[in-house]
Amino acid sequence: MEKFQKLTGIAAPMPLVNIDTDMIIPKVFLKTIKRSGLGVNLFDEMRYDRQGNEIPDFVLNKPQYRETEILVAGDNFGCGSSREHAPWALKDFGIKCVISTSFADIFFNNCFKNGILPIVLPQEAVDVLMTDAEKGSNARMTIDLENQTVTSSDGDVFSFEVDSFKKHCLLEGLDDIGLTMEKAAAIDTFEAAAAQARPWV
Amino acid sequence: MSPKTLYDKIWDAHLAHEGEDGTCLLYIDRHLVHEVTSPQAFEGLRMANRKVRAPDKTIAVPDHNVPTTAGRENPANMTEDSAIQVAALDKNARDFGIHYYPVSDVRQGIVHIVGPEQGWTLPGMTVVCGDSHTATHGAFGALAHGIGTSEVEHVLATQTLIQKKSKNMKVEITGKLKPGVTAKDITLAVIGETGTAGGTGYVIEYCGEAIRDLSMEGRMTVCNMAIEGGARAGLIAPDEKTFAYVKGRPHAPKGAQFEAALAWWKTLYSDDDAHWDKVVTLKGEEIEPVVTWGTSPEDVLPISATVPAPEDFKGGKVEAAKRALDYMGLTPGQKLTDIQIDTVFIGSCTNGRIEDLRAAAAILKGKKIKDGMRAMIVPGSGLVRAQAEEEGLADIFKEAGFEWRLAGCSMCLAMNPDQLSEGERCASTSNRNFEGRQGYKGRTHLVSPAMAAAAAITGHLTDVRDLLTETA
Repeated sequence: MEKFQKLTGIAAPMPLVNIDTDMIIPKVFLKTIKRSGLGVNLFDEMRYDRQGNEIPDFVLNKPQYRETEILVAGDNFGCGSSREHAPWALKDFGIKCVISTSFADIFFNNCFKNGILPIVLPQEAVDVLMTDAEKGSNARMTIDLENQTVTSSDGDVFSFEVDSFKKHCLLEGLDDIGLTMEKAAAIDTFEAAAAQARPWV
Repeated sequence: MSPKTLYDKIWDAHLAHEGEDGTCLLYIDRHLVHEVTSPQAFEGLRMANRKVRAPDKTIAVPDHNVPTTAGRENPANMTEDSAIQVAALDKNARDFGIHYYPVSDVRQGIVHIVGPEQGWTLPGMTVVCGDSHTATHGAFGALAHGIGTSEVEHVLATQTLIQKKSKNMKVEITGKLKPGVTAKDITLAVIGETGTAGGTGYVIEYCGEAIRDLSMEGRMTVCNMAIEGGARAGLIAPDEKTFAYVKGRPHAPKGAQFEAALAWWKTLYSDDDAHWDKVVTLKGEEIEPVVTWGTSPEDVLPISATVPAPEDFKGGKVEAAKRALDYMGLTPGQKLTDIQIDTVFIGSCTNGRIEDLRAAAAILKGKKIKDGMRAMIVPGSGLVRAQAEEEGLADIFKEAGFEWRLAGCSMCLAMNPDQLSEGERCASTSNRNFEGRQGYKGRTHLVSPAMAAAAAITGHLTDVRDLLTETA
């Protein structure tokens, strides 16, 4: 997995609440057996009309947001389906960080598996960053994972919390299957004991 | 010993490793797999030269994108991309030696209906699947939740998941439900109360008299939508109904093993003085048949209500409500019962079980659907379908004018040929009313099977209790 350490980039505002995974990547694009190539269909139904033409009003279609790497989003981003195609599409587009007041649980976990950092901040902080994101490509935010800070283009600094294990994996770009397999002995021991205690499983 | 919740007990029984930083490895008893979220995971195993650690605990069935019409065993009758995914599952099941129910098998169906039906799901288990509605299995007092594809690969390779423990939330439904009110109304009413993010960070345990009174089918409906309230999982303590449902299923323990299992299952309840981080209580007798008016499952109102206005909301929800009203083509103040319906869909992992079909049949018996109405019933599994035919339900549906389909996810997510067209309005027993969920620009109103059947007859959203009075 690609490492995530420090990122300075364009942030796009998406203030809508409850942006769900069907909006992020509609199901017609789930019929792939690959992880790559989904960026072109990110937010497909909001981004294109039925003829496939870009809808100019949609934020990521605006010239100043075409190189967006950070999304500042409304509450409960990523609710709905477990489809990992949602973070795959974000990543493929080039988005490496999403900031919101809250995220849906499965989406949140899926992000970390793909080198995307979801950041939870209080409403007041998200409001400041949303306004900052509205300034377009002249306003670049900085995300510093090591120090757990977001810095707006005006220099406002917000600290965020992140699970220490998830942080470690992102900073180092670690594959957690490999890490878990190092604990195979503990799993073997547990499995043998569980088979004794609950042989019907 | 300190008092524990049911979730605490299942968690403790499956904790395979705890790191110094509190990161836990939770052992997984059952891993359910379907065609859409698994191909990349199996590919990952192949690339790393890894095996499936516990093929005996891994069960695969295609459900999301398969057509629900005759002839689907022939890949030529599927779209090319669907056929590729189904063929990939077929091959992966064979190559890795996992249990598999192909479309040609009568036991095929929606993964969350097949698991319980075959006795794979048992009380006290940990169950995962690359599908958010895995919470369904919580009805058995199992800890069950959806995972992403990377986690699918992690479970395939290690039979564990890296987890942080969630908080405990109790949702109590007291008292008795009134006639015409069902498990679907309970679960929607709870989401209406808590919002779609109200459960984020929690595992919910549903309890109270109204929950105890539900059948296993009804309990599955309640737990199924825990995810729509944002919770990691929803569960219900097992009781005699649970044990009776499980007993005799193909993969349930038999004889002395059943007795041993039963002894443990009977310890699976929350202790009286267990700690709850959040408690929500609803009075069962106050729950009405409900419908959704918007594009989020939290947009719930009693059928007797009117369409709300954006000003009725606060914060970010004002804009979201405006957008939802526009998308749904509704006007504030309009009576919900005046909303005309084009299509009725009865099925899905939420409401595709035999009891759901019986509830629909009770309303539809001897009736016809409204002229011009498109109506389909999609049983949750081949076995549900067979049982419905045996009970004469299929004849009632066909005589009423419903299409009687083969098992699958169908129009719940429209990854298959069953879709709404632009502007088409559907009363649906599924679980999500998101924009585009049932088809591009399709409009979804979530309801119970009885309410869906009522709408099919009248052609508009209808209080099913009005029809109950008629037949009484």
